[in-house]
Order: sequence, then structure tokens, then C-alpha cells
Amino acid sequence: MTARESVLRDIRAALGREAGQAPAPAPPSRIRIPESEVDARIESLFRSLEKLAGRTYLALSPEDARNFVAEVICGEPSVASNAPILREWGIAGLPSVATGFQDREALQAACAAAAFGITSADYALADTGTLVMIASPEEARLVSLLPPVHIAVIPRARILTGLDELLSILPHPADLTSSMVLITGPSRTADIEQILVRGVHGPGEIHVIVV
Amino acid sequence: MTCIVDQLFPRVGMAMADVLERIGWEVDFPEDQTCCGQPAFNTGYRDEARQVARHFLRVFRDAEYIVVPSGSCTSMLADRYEELFEREPEFLAEARRLKPRVWEFSKFLLEVAQVDDVGARLDRIVTFHDSCHGLRELGIKDGPRRLLSHVRGLELREMDIAEECCGFGGTFSVEFAEVSGGMARTKIDSILRTGADAVVAIDASCLMQIGGALSRAGSPVETMHLAEVLAHR
Amino acid sequence: MPAPYEQGIHETLGDQRLQAAVYASTGRLASHRRAVVSTDALPDFEDLRTQGNLIKKHAIENLDYYLEQFEANATAHSAKVIWARDAAAAVEFVAGLAKEKGARLIVKSKSMTTEEIELNERLTHHGLDPVETDLGEFIIQLAHQRPYHIVAPALHLTRFDVAEVFTKHLGVERETEIGKQTKIARGVLRERFLAAGIGISGANFLIADSGAIVVVENEGNARLTTTAPRVHVAIAGIEKVIPRAQDLAVFLKLLGRSATGQPLTVYTSFLAGPRRSGEIDGPDEVYIVLLDSGRTRLLADREKRQSLYCIRCGACLNHCPVYRKIGGHNYPWVYSGPIGAVITPQFRGVLNEPWLPFASSLCGACAEVCPVKIDLPKLLLDLRSEVNQAKTRAGKNRLERLGFKLWAWVMRHPAIYQLSGLVASAILPDGGRWISKLPGLLNQGPARAWLSQRDLPPVSKSFHQMWRERRKGAAQ
Repeated sequence: MTARESVLRDIRAALGREAGQAPAPAPPSRIRIPESEVDARIESLFRSLEKLAGRTYLALSPEDARNFVAEVICGEPSVASNAPILREWGIAGLPSVATGFQDREALQAACAAAAFGITSADYALADTGTLVMIASPEEARLVSLLPPVHIAVIPRARILTGLDELLSILPHPADLTSSMVLITGPSRTADIEQILVRGVHGPGEIHVIVV
Repeated sequence: MTCIVDQLFPRVGMAMADVLERIGWEVDFPEDQTCCGQPAFNTGYRDEARQVARHFLRVFRDAEYIVVPSGSCTSMLADRYEELFEREPEFLAEARRLKPRVWEFSKFLLEVAQVDDVGARLDRIVTFHDSCHGLRELGIKDGPRRLLSHVRGLELREMDIAEECCGFGGTFSVEFAEVSGGMARTKIDSILRTGADAVVAIDASCLMQIGGALSRAGSPVETMHLAEVLAHR
Repeated sequence: MPAPYEQGIHETLGDQRLQAAVYASTGRLASHRRAVVSTDALPDFEDLRTQGNLIKKHAIENLDYYLEQFEANATAHSAKVIWARDAAAAVEFVAGLAKEKGARLIVKSKSMTTEEIELNERLTHHGLDPVETDLGEFIIQLAHQRPYHIVAPALHLTRFDVAEVFTKHLGVERETEIGKQTKIARGVLRERFLAAGIGISGANFLIADSGAIVVVENEGNARLTTTAPRVHVAIAGIEKVIPRAQDLAVFLKLLGRSATGQPLTVYTSFLAGPRRSGEIDGPDEVYIVLLDSGRTRLLADREKRQSLYCIRCGACLNHCPVYRKIGGHNYPWVYSGPIGAVITPQFRGVLNEPWLPFASSLCGACAEVCPVKIDLPKLLLDLRSEVNQAKTRAGKNRLERLGFKLWAWVMRHPAIYQLSGLVASAILPDGGRWISKLPGLLNQGPARAWLSQRDLPPVSKSFHQMWRERRKGAAQ
């Protein structure tokens, strides 16, 4: 008997269930989506982020966003993800920004050396100040993870009310991707004497620009 | 009358009887009563707890209301007896019949007698300790405070950790005496910070623990059971 | 002769600095939690707790179904599911895999399950180099200590302790500033992440309908552990499975808030297998080890299987007045606090550390805060009864049981009970102070234990006597 068979056999014996027996009906899933307007969501997103020492910027246009990013990165080596809007809005084309990586080794080396990682985000969650990053050919995982500062540029339409809305739009994230990461503020720890320190392994600074 | 009140704090019992009579209730004290069985139950001796519980059920079979000056004993009687007699249909039925008749003292005043002012007077500054069973199993939190608010001359000051356990826990207090003592000291530090001259609670066992620690620390702060405060004129 | 656990507790209680640190840290975590679960912050909190309990109950009671569903979906996403009967099997698998991949350096994110199976020690015996990457775990790994708290492993250490550990084990200049200490760790560990052949994580949840695992954290080390190395191994107890991705709408709200007062932790990773075609980074291979190691035995106990609902938030520790006094290292196993006091005897046998279920005043603060409504006090009471039954069978508690039999006999005979009260009042009028003055041999037992810490009230007339006197008086 394999380990699998013996574990399952013991589980069934413990529960008084038969192999292949259907489960009892599950409690209904609990998804509650509040009503809200875009402006309220932007405001809530920014407020939640600022509480976590995240920086926020409401850009009036894609150009405005691009100029803001240019100011933040100030000519320092940066990596941008392959998100189409970063290219369209000229952000990926800024001087000192490397982009278009297809090879993981090259991407990892560039991110490890970069001062800024620039991405878009698939969604944002207003009530918690969260960015939703789905791994894809357009968005690699390391861009928002290795560099010490993370800059995210997102169109306002992608801001959802919260986790419930995300899970109602995406009840099966595994169908889309091997990795969906919810990012809520800069990396932090309070492991030593409960003193808060930012930027432990992930970025210690995060800028969210909404267009 | 809980075994602790009976043996160690009889004034509490007398105070409770006084208050009940004052507000017009007839008080009977079945003299054959001894204990609810909690010490044995909590120490994991269920057979012995059952023996004592059967005696309790017999003694109080015909009582209309059973008023108890303790949250922990009340929760034993109301919540644990059914578990104890799961496998004895006759006593299980008795336990179920007991449940609606048994009342912790402050809850009896507020919910059965529907009285929140018993005409008490006490010119003191007090603080209130939330006994664990009463708080978490019987929902007793606002009730005693409401009753205290009608005591003329009384000032109530909240301590910062009113809901933290005093450390009694029955046999825990002797089996883990040092930990229990540490918990008591944390509690009395909070009490002393209020500047109150007495601490009030609904459970005499808490008051025994807290009082013992206060006395050992050389503090003049006294302990009073809620019944004693309400009986005061 | 005090038992080792008594000695340990005694020492901890005597360490003023440690007492203050533990009380303050747990108090802080508790107050952060209170702020985010209040009815203003989250009016639905009680409903979420109820749902959390119901969903866990359902998942546990249909565990075989959900594990099979998980396995099918994970396999469909090219993850490999390994069933491990016990700790040894799980370790064997990892060691074998490391050998196959030629990987010696392994990075690890925080996982209580891996502590439970002593993964690091055992892998080290196999000649491998497992490195903890969570800051607190990194520190205690270097210091060869056990975690102090389910969520905050280095709760008991000061910055000076950390400075010493770093100087001694990393060879760096002495540094006592916490921000700089963190930078040192970041630098050292960054190198490891990028060089390691295998990354090992735990899993907070196994999602059956997705074949995915969920890992929550604040530092980013779990993301790096599950992204940089080519091979990712996740090790999780079989009880971690929940039915649907949508159930995260309940559990993510419960977990962060209950653990640290955060509505969401900084990073929540939902991982479903190795990187898909087109994805640029992520592991090439993913293995998910489903660990039994005694859980199927707990499952068989209908009353007490609810301890398997635990989502390892640590809230019960932060609210337990006993944990807050004795700290994490006085618990015999890796799991401390109220949940530790319950699952230790469940996993290791009630006679293994028979004192543990009794180390509680049954205050109920743990049950009040448990996000999945585990009835911890009831489980402690059940375990106490089991301990005594086991002791009786082994002939170990004759005296104590005799004592309670005697007590019960007295309590069934009102006349005897009242007589014993009279005797007590005769010998204890001054609160038993004279007992503590007795020579050692006579000065034993409960009275002495009580009196070592506080005074007894004076014993005089019983209520029975006063009542009778009053009735006599009224009749006259």
C-alpha cells in the first residue's frame, strides 16, 4: 500500500466515510461586495496605503504619470516589467530603465542590481491598499520583489473595492497563473523587540501611481 | 451557597440573602447542600464530580429559583451538568430541568427580579474585577456595573486590565502556585493603580485570590463581594 | 525535587526582563488585534469567526474528498503531490530530492510544520545546508534555539542578544541598532536566495478547488523562497486544506487580524504549480508534501478533532495569562500557548507531559479570540479527565484519586461536610499562617503552595451556622 493509500484509508476510517463518497454540502461561500464609486475607491486605496507608509500619486494623465516616475527614479538603474501600458505610456522607455526581459537569468541579474522596479498591477484593492500582481509574460515576479523600491502604475478602472470583489471576478486564479501575489505596503518586520523595520527582503518603499 | 462562601465568606451569603429579602423575595436555604462538584470536574475527576452533582440535583429538585453568589459555580451548574450526565438519561433530564432555574446573583436581580436599584449606600471608591466564568460563559459585564451605579455614594474606577484572569483557577492556584501568584500580582498592580480602596467582584474565589495577594503585599485595599456592596446601607 | 518543567517555569518567573518583554510584546499584539476587529473596524468579525469555524469543520469532516481534489488540481498544474506518513518520510523525500538535484544550499521560509518535524536538524544530518530566511527564525537558527512564539519566534531576545548572535555566527562587527541588524540579515540572506537550489516553504492554506497553496508573510522572504530557486517544496499538514479559493474571503480576513492586527499581511502568495509557459520567472518544479504525522489519529477523536481547525494565528498565546507569564520555552513542544497545551498531548500521548493540560486557570480568553472558534477550555478539561484515567490505569495517581473520592464522600454527606467545616474553623482562625511555620515535613501540600504566594482568609463560622443562628434569632 502506498503512503497515499494508507493516509486516505486512515482518514476515511477516522471519519466513517467511504472512498468516492460525496462530501456533505459545503457552507456557502461568503462574498460581500459593497457599492462604491471610482473616486471613493481611489481615496480609500490611497488612505490605506499611506497608513502603511506607502507613497501615492494621482496622475492626471499618462504623461503626468511618466513624468512622476522619471522624477522618482532620477536616472538610477531601474527595471520595468513587460506590461503593455508601461510601454504605451513611455515609462518603460525612460532613460536608465531596462525592460523587455524574456530570460530569467538576465531578469534576475538586472533586478538584483536595480534601484527601482517598475510594474503595473492587474488590480488594486481599495479597502486594504493592496496591489494584485498576477505572474504572466507581461509581469514577472521578481520586478516587484528584488529592487529596494517598487513603483506601480495602474489605470483607475482596475481598482476594486476589496478581496471579496477580486475573488468574485477571479474565483479560480489557478486557471490563469502559477502566482498571484497580493502586495499590501512595503516589506516589514517587528521580529526584534517588536520594533518596526521596513524593507527586510522585499522593497522597503512602494509608490502607487493611479492614472 | 457555594462551598467557598459557606466556609470562608459566610458574610457574602448573608448579604445576598438580605438583599433578596429586601426586594421582596422569600429566601430558603436547603441545609443539605454542599458543593456543585466543580473542583473535581476541573481537576479531571469526572466520576467524583458526578457523585457530588447527583447530590446537588436531589437537594435542589424543588427549588423555584436557585440564586448563586458565583459565576463559576453557576456556569458549572448551567453549562457542564448536561455534559456530565450525557450517558445517564434520568440525571440528564434533571440537569436540563436545572438549567433555567439557576441564576448568578447579579443576573437574577436584573433579569428575574428586574431590579437595578436595591437601595444600597456605600461611600467608597471601588474598582470592579470581571471574573472569567461570569464574563466569558455567562456574559456578565455590564450588569454588575449597572447595579453599582445605583449605589449611593459609590465611585467606580475601572482598572486597565479588568478582564484579565486573577489566577485562581481552582487547583491551578496550588498546582501552579508560582504562576498563579504572578498572575495575582499583575492583577493587584492594576488595582492599586486605580487608587480605589476596595475591589469588587461576583466570585468569592477571585476575591480570595486577590485579597490574599493584597494582604501579602501589605496593602490596605479590601475585597468586597457584589452582594456585600449591595447589602450595605 | 522540582520537575524540570517546574524549574524552568520558576526561572522564567524570576527573570524580570524577560517577564516584562513577554508581557509587553503579547500585550501589543493583542491590542493591535483589538483595534482591527472592533465593531467599528470590522462589524462582520463575529460572523466571519462563525463561518471560519463552519468551513473548517466541513473541510475536516470531509478531509479525504478535499485532499483528493487538491491533489488532482495540483497535478493538473504540474505540481507533484507527495504523501508523507510521518516526519521521517517527509525528511527522506526532501533529502532525496536535494541529492537528485545536486542541491546543498536550501532556503526556507517560516513554517511551524517544519519545526514540528525538526526538518533543519535532520537535513543537516544528511549533509545539507538549510537556511532560515524569516528574520526571527534566522536569528534563532543561528542561536540554536526553539521559536518562542508561533508568530514571533524571537520575542524573547533583545537587540543585544541579536548583536551577540550576529557577531559570533556571522563574523560581523558588533551592531546593536535594529535597522542595521536587519540590513545585515538582508544582505546575507539575499545571497542565499539567489544561490539556493531548493526553496522550502510551509503553506497557510491548501486550496482544494485550485490545487494551489497560500503563503502569507510580511518580509518578502517567502516570496523569494518560492520564486528564486528552481525547485520549490511546500510542506503542509493535511489539515490545512480548505475547499475553495473564495473561502480566502473569510480566512484571510481572520488570519492577519488575529495574528498581528493587520487586515492583510504585506504579502499573500497564491501559488499554483511551477511557472507556466510564457512566465519568465518562478520555479521550474513544485513539490507539495502532505504531512500526516499523527493528524489522522487526532481526526478519529470526534470531540477533540476541532483542534485541527487551527490556522496558527497565535492569538490564543497573546491573550493567555499563563503563556504571558511562563513564555514559549516552558512548553515541551514547538507549539506553545493554549493550542500547544491541547495538541501536544493529542499528538504525543496524555502521559507524555501530564501536567500540561493542568497549566491553565481555564479563564477562557483563548476561546474568546480564536478566529475559528476552537473550544480550547473544553478540550483542556477533556484532556484532564483523560490524563487522570490514564494515570489511574497505570496506577499513578492513587493518592490524588483517593483524596477526591474522600472529598466526594464528604460532599454527599451534609452532616460530615458541616463537621469538617467546624474543624477547619477551629484550626485555621488566622488564615493558616501557623501552617507555614511548621517544620518542613509537615509543611507540605496545597496549604503550603497557597501560602507561598498569598495569604488565606481567616476561617470562622460557616454560612450554615450563621443561617441557623439567624433563624433562631428571628423565631424568638
